[in-house]
Amino acid sequence: MTKKQKKVFVRIIISAVLVVAFGLMPIEDGYIRLALFLIPYLIIGYDILKKAVLGIVNGQVFDENFLMALATVGAIILGEYTEGTAVMLFYQIGELFQSYAVGKSRRNISALMDIRPDYANIEQDGELEQVDPDDVEIGTIIVVQPGEKVPIDGVIVSGVSTLNTSALTGESLPREVGEGDEVISGCVNLSGLLRIETTKAFGESTVSKILDLVENSSMKKSKSENFITRFARYYTPAVCIGALALAMLPPMVNMIMGNPANWSQWVIRALTTLVISCPCALVISIPLSFFGGIGGASSQGVLVKGSNYLEALSETKYVVCDKTGTLTKGVFEVTHIEPAEGVSDNELLETAACAESYSSHPISRSLKEAYGKQIDASRISDVEEISGHGVSAVIDGRKVSVGNVKLMKKLGISYTKPQKAGTEVHVAIDGNYAGHILIADVVKPNAEAAVAGLKAAGVRQVIMLTGDAANVAEAVAAQLGVDVVKSELLPADKVAEVERLLAEKGSKERLAFVGDGINDAPVLSRADIGIAMGALGSDAAIEAADIVLMDDDPLKIATAMKISRKTLGIVHQNIVFALAVKFACLALGAVGFVNMWWAIFADVGVMIIAVLNATRTLKS
Amino acid sequence: MKKTYKIEVDCAACAAKMEEAARKTAGVKEATVAFMPQKMKVEFEEGADESAVMAEVLKNCKKVESDCEIFL
Repeated sequence: MTKKQKKVFVRIIISAVLVVAFGLMPIEDGYIRLALFLIPYLIIGYDILKKAVLGIVNGQVFDENFLMALATVGAIILGEYTEGTAVMLFYQIGELFQSYAVGKSRRNISALMDIRPDYANIEQDGELEQVDPDDVEIGTIIVVQPGEKVPIDGVIVSGVSTLNTSALTGESLPREVGEGDEVISGCVNLSGLLRIETTKAFGESTVSKILDLVENSSMKKSKSENFITRFARYYTPAVCIGALALAMLPPMVNMIMGNPANWSQWVIRALTTLVISCPCALVISIPLSFFGGIGGASSQGVLVKGSNYLEALSETKYVVCDKTGTLTKGVFEVTHIEPAEGVSDNELLETAACAESYSSHPISRSLKEAYGKQIDASRISDVEEISGHGVSAVIDGRKVSVGNVKLMKKLGISYTKPQKAGTEVHVAIDGNYAGHILIADVVKPNAEAAVAGLKAAGVRQVIMLTGDAANVAEAVAAQLGVDVVKSELLPADKVAEVERLLAEKGSKERLAFVGDGINDAPVLSRADIGIAMGALGSDAAIEAADIVLMDDDPLKIATAMKISRKTLGIVHQNIVFALAVKFACLALGAVGFVNMWWAIFADVGVMIIAVLNATRTLKS
Repeated sequence: MKKTYKIEVDCAACAAKMEEAARKTAGVKEATVAFMPQKMKVEFEEGADESAVMAEVLKNCKKVESDCEIFL
């Protein structure tokens, strides 16, 4: 508890003891009773009374301090000393609980995001010195010992180690790093000593950016939050006016009708409604729920840049995915080798790799990678690139042609058509067909589960956009269970496609675009929700997207949707529950079925339940 | 020009009041108060003197919520 909270706690104890003690004393005299009860009342309520008076002076008439002051003072004037003091007492208990619960979840979330490094080690005259990471200039060599956090982004100049990136990505598998590798701040060094040359200032480093983003996410408020703020602005004055009417009108009507006025009965009912109506439960529980949801998501490696995006995510019905780098690894690999008769797999691959060894094209690179052995350049001569077709060369004295279908047709060599999708590389040796090799982008291991997960989370359509050839795109789409696939799109076509979908969808439905954040910034910003994945270390993606997946796992999109649905579910539960209890109690209170004790439950009890419910968002 | 300030406020409704008070202050283009992280983000009008505007914002906030604090 903070100092402020402790002080309130002590006041609560003292006045509670006094109320009970005075309540048990057999004092008949009204004035002595009043004088005695004023002691605990003022101990517990002096700050509320002060705020209420200041509020009136400053033109802030109808707030909850005013409600409480009016209700309790009114009760005391009517001789209900115990009730008057008790209302104030329970109101303060509720406030204390609320401030304690809020403080606790704030700390819990900070602990989830406990990635802020406190210091950086700099080697000076052979000794390590701890300095403030803010003071470290770009290009400084910093030392990270096992067990320490990497404080600033940089490149390893010496040392080998494994890094735990779980605080950033939610990924538990450690990452192996060595000399020359880039490292990102916020990772924890697990095994070896690392010397790192910093490439960024602390303020520009990944860890600072992420913390900044998470801390500021509450600034972008959700519709629910704005609704409640607006609601409270009209609700409290409306209740006060209603209570005034309840206190004045029925007795006046009674007087006109010639009946006894019954002033005290109606004033008590009016005061009861004032206590019931306090809007705290709503006003506090909603930002608390969103804060918890965003905190829970970030512990899973999903950064949500605002409560509004978390809210929109729960309404997402269309998910548009980029293919390369999002659903697939974006790395081309040899997926199939189909040699002609009399040629071995290895011979075919070796021939193709040798012929392509002078090229740096991605296709050549994947051929060389699949071959895996060092290529002896002296075996290869007379390399000739045939633009748009392929390459020809002389290898070990044999004339080899490697290329696409067009090359085979040009050379008049009959070839077999591949059964599977991918980029085809046909090989001919000395004019005879030797077979073909297929190269394709490989689907991410979790991509299929991710598409299924999105469907399970209520997404109506998963759409895949790609610049790739139709046969490749359709093969991937069929494998993953994607609903719609659009292929051979230029970047501008992707924007047009997303715009068309945005125009088509219903007004309550949201469209999310998922990309790798490298060249799809325009689409990311055009969609209702832009989700960038694999964004660890990519400033552009963090900048452009609304939701950032820190690792490459597409399954996290479904995780984020689940968290968003849970959060929104809790928010709606709280709104409905609090309003239902309050309106029920208000209606019953107005006709006299609810006494002051019920009113206290409707205020403080509902608030405590709503706050406890809201803290559930933290657990995921 | 946007700046973020650390604040101290006890209840969410009070935070909403501070937000409105800050928005109404001359020289403030837009203001947002986030209760959970206890922060206030202020966007100033072009050419406004930040420290003078913030002093005024603090005064206006104190009026609507005597218990609040902005750490300037």
